[in-house]
Amino acid sequence: MFNVIVTGVGGQGNVLASQVLAAAAVEAGCRVSIGETFGASQRGGSVMSHVRISRDRTCGPLIPRGKARLVVGFEPLETLRVLMEYGSEDTVVIVNNRPNYPIGCLLGEDKYPDPQRIIEAVKKLVSTCHVLPATDLAMEAGSPMAANMVLTGALAGAGVLPVDGNYFRDTIEMLFSGEVKEINRRAFESGFKAVQKG
Amino acid sequence: MSAHAVALDQPGRRVVLTGNEAAARGAIEAGVSFAACYPGSPTSEVLPTLARLGARFNIYTEYSTNEKVAMEAATAASYAGLRSLTICKADGFNVALDFAAAVCLQGINAGMVIMVGDDPGSHSSVREEDSRLLARTANFPVLEPSTVQEAKDIVKAAFDLSEDLRQPVVVRCTTRICHASGDVTLGDIPMVKKEATFTRSQRFVSSVKFAPGMRDKIKRAAALAGDSPFNYYTGPENAQRLVIASGPSYTYSLEALAMLGLEDTAGVLKISTTWPLPEELIIKYLIPAREVVFAEEVDSFLEDGVMVLAAKNMDRIGQTKFYGKNSGHVAGPGGPFVGELDPDIVAGCLGKVFNTPYHPPAIPNAGEARDIIEHSLPGRELALCAGCPHRASFWAIKTAVELDGREAIVLGDIGCYTLGLYRTGYNLLQTVLCMGSGVGLACGLAKLDRFNFRQPVISVVGDSTFFHAAPQALMNARYNQADILCVILDNETTAMTGHQPHPGRGVSASGEAVGRVEIESLLGGMGIPVTVHDPYDIEGSIEVICSLLRQKGPRALVLRRSCALVAVKGKKKNRVYVDQDRCIGDSCGCARFCSGVFACPANIWDSERGRARIDEAVCNGCGVCATLCPGKAIVVERTV
Repeated sequence: MFNVIVTGVGGQGNVLASQVLAAAAVEAGCRVSIGETFGASQRGGSVMSHVRISRDRTCGPLIPRGKARLVVGFEPLETLRVLMEYGSEDTVVIVNNRPNYPIGCLLGEDKYPDPQRIIEAVKKLVSTCHVLPATDLAMEAGSPMAANMVLTGALAGAGVLPVDGNYFRDTIEMLFSGEVKEINRRAFESGFKAVQKG
Repeated sequence: MSAHAVALDQPGRRVVLTGNEAAARGAIEAGVSFAACYPGSPTSEVLPTLARLGARFNIYTEYSTNEKVAMEAATAASYAGLRSLTICKADGFNVALDFAAAVCLQGINAGMVIMVGDDPGSHSSVREEDSRLLARTANFPVLEPSTVQEAKDIVKAAFDLSEDLRQPVVVRCTTRICHASGDVTLGDIPMVKKEATFTRSQRFVSSVKFAPGMRDKIKRAAALAGDSPFNYYTGPENAQRLVIASGPSYTYSLEALAMLGLEDTAGVLKISTTWPLPEELIIKYLIPAREVVFAEEVDSFLEDGVMVLAAKNMDRIGQTKFYGKNSGHVAGPGGPFVGELDPDIVAGCLGKVFNTPYHPPAIPNAGEARDIIEHSLPGRELALCAGCPHRASFWAIKTAVELDGREAIVLGDIGCYTLGLYRTGYNLLQTVLCMGSGVGLACGLAKLDRFNFRQPVISVVGDSTFFHAAPQALMNARYNQADILCVILDNETTAMTGHQPHPGRGVSASGEAVGRVEIESLLGGMGIPVTVHDPYDIEGSIEVICSLLRQKGPRALVLRRSCALVAVKGKKKNRVYVDQDRCIGDSCGCARFCSGVFACPANIWDSERGRARIDEAVCNGCGVCATLCPGKAIVVERTV
């Protein structure tokens, strides 16, 4: 059983990332279960997709505390938040270094911790942490919104899951068309490469 | 994820579907002909999935103006011999209950299923409600899936059950089924010849003379439940420790027992036919059991049903202790009747009852990690999207109310604009209860002048909510001459549930162009004067609101601007940036207006430079902040 949590803020495209992962895993012959919410949570709230991949059984939609094998964070604060609850020292973390500020921080009523320190804290908790400038890589690929595919590429390239990168490539091929497909393809490959370097 | 997978005519193939897509596929496998709904999370995605496939499988789909109309339309199709589906959330079932309580007596003709989404944890609702109680009030049998696969299989089986009984059947799903995804093994798609007939000799009326027949149907449903393949037991034989679970709590219970190492001593009885109950099946497992725990979400519905059954059969089941919401043993952090369950909560509850304490694993070094960031982790309150026209509208209303100076009361209701309760909407709204309730409440407040209440009253209502629930209250305002200003926040879509069209859009569920119901004409017909304005013109909107506040009688203002997410879809966005020479940072005296006061999430503060900045990954290019910046430091490069 491989438990993956994709976390970020509503509107960042994490639901799509978890769906691409699930479709690729099924193509690779695995059984999957995803627990997520959308609706109100899309509006600037914390969002979290629980993706559970198994060779042989269907499981419930939610991952128990401390049992995430891989955490993919679309922004630093949410990554640390999820890790505190669902992580263990063996959790592999992939994190976008670009913060997304909660409204309380913009209003000056709360303080967003220094992003560098958040990354340091993550590294204190787990032994493997890949930090990626996913939003910047996405912009290079053609759109800041493609950060989700950069991170999907990193997830595929990290070599933790029993799903070969080509299943992801086929899924992207199938799901998208036109310019969006081109941008997503470039974004995926840049994430795939970046995680192997870092 | 795709209508493509839902439509595959490949029985036996495994595909990934969401619970909502699986339900749609189940309806297709049952040969559904007619589907109607008013969208509500968590079930909003069922109808659009069917609408995309309507041409291929000969299914009529519609967005109805509200859930009662949707249920009536679906019932008509059933009367005419066509299998029909209506979909809603628990709150929507309330709206339809008047009709449901009437239609149940005589029943229906072809199979009719009501798929209801309950939202434990209120992820996308203002509260939690258990639709099983409503279904029982309406005498509709209830089925509950525990997995995505079952969402498909149970919807299909519900059509057969409904047709057998000639009674509508409720499929109760929770958010963790609707919005979950999993691999689903597809079944056959039947080739049915669909023909509607309704002859002069047929009659369907609500009359007490049908009550005995209806009771017989429920008895038959209970007998059929005893053979349902969706009720089953997992665990050792003659278990003395028994968990009775429904919905996703079944998978949580299995996982919890495994985490506690109790899978060999305790069993789980999964019940999908939660009303009426399969009595003999449950008694069979109660007889050896000494400790019984109930795992279900929202109300203690299954628990209460089993307790009544146990009381009636005390002589057979003997000494058994029951633990659930009523005893307080099955409870999340908010208590037994608040919030959803998960594997850890269930493990904690079962651990307590079965004397095997559960300690969720804690990550080492958490304290050190907290020390490194030097702060607690700030929460993330919901916020209107960047460029949301509601933010501009709320700013205009807030400013106008301040300028007016008479302490106007502002009432709201359900939609994205519910966020007007929070900081993102300047805490403007004073009531949020149910669809359209702000307008009705406004009518009442506005009639209190003889009791010395003279503050102006404003109700805000979104466009989709307007069509769903506001006309009755507005007619009331006109009839009873209530001095209210109704502000219609018209973003030209049903935004919160995923941008479904509505009567004002000029497009049907299946994408056909249809005549628009114009809000202005509708209000005009009621004799309520209407003003229309663009909320992005904030200065102009403030002036209009100030002037309307000084007028008498019921009046309406439509603040019309497309939802920012719809406006930018597939288009190149305007580039908005802060001119770093013009922004003078904190020496401006504006209190960081763009990020810290207007608070659009795209307006951020660059603490290294001490200047405002636009987050290009978040900005939708509306440019409203540029019109408000006191230093005129924000530049909009328009793409068109």
